[in-house]
Amino acid sequence: MADLAIFARLARAQVRGQLSYRSSFVMNCFGQALAQANDLVVILIVFGRVASLGGFDIRAVLLFYALSGMSFGLADMAVGSIERLPDYIRTGTFDVVLMRPLGTLLQLFASDFQLRRIGRVLTAFGVLVYVLSTSDIHWSPAKALLLVLTPVAGAAIFGSIFVAANSVSFWFVDARELANTVTYGGSYLTSYPINIYAGWMRTLLAYLVPGAFVAYYPGLTLLDHADPLGAPAWFGWLDTPVAVLAAVLAGLIWRSAVRHYRGTGS
Amino acid sequence: MIEVSELGRTFTVTRKAGRFRRTSQEVTAVGGVSFDIDAGETVGYIGPNGAGKSTTIKMLTGILVPTTGRVRVCGLDPSRQRAELARRIGVVFGQRSQLWWDLPLAESFELLRHIYRVPAGEHAKQLQECTELLGLQAFLDTPVRQLSLGQRMRGEVTAALLHGPELLVLDEPTIGLDLDSKERLREFLAELNTNRGTTLLLTTHDLDDIERLCRRMMVIDHGRVLADGPLAELRDEVTPERVLVVDFDRPCEELTGLPGVREVKVEANGLRQQLSFRRDATTAAALITMIAKRSPVHDVAVIEPDIDDVVRSLYHR
Repeated sequence: MADLAIFARLARAQVRGQLSYRSSFVMNCFGQALAQANDLVVILIVFGRVASLGGFDIRAVLLFYALSGMSFGLADMAVGSIERLPDYIRTGTFDVVLMRPLGTLLQLFASDFQLRRIGRVLTAFGVLVYVLSTSDIHWSPAKALLLVLTPVAGAAIFGSIFVAANSVSFWFVDARELANTVTYGGSYLTSYPINIYAGWMRTLLAYLVPGAFVAYYPGLTLLDHADPLGAPAWFGWLDTPVAVLAAVLAGLIWRSAVRHYRGTGS
Repeated sequence: MIEVSELGRTFTVTRKAGRFRRTSQEVTAVGGVSFDIDAGETVGYIGPNGAGKSTTIKMLTGILVPTTGRVRVCGLDPSRQRAELARRIGVVFGQRSQLWWDLPLAESFELLRHIYRVPAGEHAKQLQECTELLGLQAFLDTPVRQLSLGQRMRGEVTAALLHGPELLVLDEPTIGLDLDSKERLREFLAELNTNRGTTLLLTTHDLDDIERLCRRMMVIDHGRVLADGPLAELRDEVTPERVLVVDFDRPCEELTGLPGVREVKVEANGLRQQLSFRRDATTAAALITMIAKRSPVHDVAVIEPDIDDVVRSLYHR
């Protein structure tokens, strides 16, 4: 908890700096919102031509999109600065990180906190509000809880993907493109119902990279929609345990990567 | 404070051999160095580029894990007790910053206070002391990116001292600084050592740093310690000769037959003569007395061997 307080402090200090350039901050925020809206435009165009996608109507797909977008946006905001790891390794800044009495991951998360990334979250949140207010969902306390948990769990899943993918930088100095494929690519893929993908890709997306738990399964549960692929309804509730598992795994990968860097692992 | 025995580190380097094949090779960065540093010492750790200085520093601070040998710093094992050690030592890298680029200097210090969990009172005291001695007041509220290198280095040193470390490790602290900033920093570090008893270990290419700051010098090359001892002692050992320069009122014939003198150089028709002598064979005073009997002396000077010469002959020994 004390570490979290330090993270908050580091993040706040940087946000203060960013807010001092107000118009540039607003522009950046808007840019992020627009980037997220790109995918929205694609969905709208697709549904201009077809009435359903893999058996889902536009509201269902927009729900997946919104949940996925919020998850990705939150993860990008909280841990996205780990993308700069290759630079840190190359310039030796990572050594400075290792010299402080604080966890390495936490320092990296806080090293380049960008509040402008909230633009993504806001776009996705707007769509979520629109979808929820126009679809008739049979609300229950459990579903309300699921709705709150899903973006958090989704953010944890994306965050774990960020960490795991960027750990590769310790072995191959510039693996940024590879990491981006998994992270940004993951954000795009999870915006759609997974049954539209080919079988091997679905397995990869659903279980290896647990993207299906970000939006698809919880979305099905919220909509009371049966899974066309036959997964039971309680799968939607697995997002939080899957997120915890993903975070633990990412932590282990990170630890062995840092160990490799310091020279005990190889 | 620091105990190092048979410390070694090898790296595996992969090289291209053909289009797809790669060969890996073990490269020894540090090959079994041993030394102890006591509390309160000031030690200069020098060597040419690639000698293994930075690798040693990284093992001492817990960044790298040694391949062989044993390290203890403040009684801790650096690689296993990294975080604990970090609270007790301060590290300054001349080439990389531990401050936040976009934040005012004062704010960086405040963040470090939380990272190191230093009580507010103690932190304020340390900061005030550094602010006064290093003259930080004028730019405490300036973002780090706008500071000059000299100002930033003073900030870096302060940042490393705010948690009151027993040991301060400096990796090329004066690199790129102008003469004035160098001198100011050296003065501050010397005072730090005298007043607080902070142990100093610094790597440098600027031998004036050593001359001004370090009572002990360690020379490393190719991963081995070549020499270790007080600067004066090393100087005597490697380059035991001094040069006595004598200016006469009128031209004097070559000063031959003086005991302990190896070589005499005559300049300006004998108005100036340079005598190379071994310090253990005679003294400058004795020579001057003998010379003055032969011809009236106008001026004398004793030239000590340059520290660069000392180091160069150590590298080539």
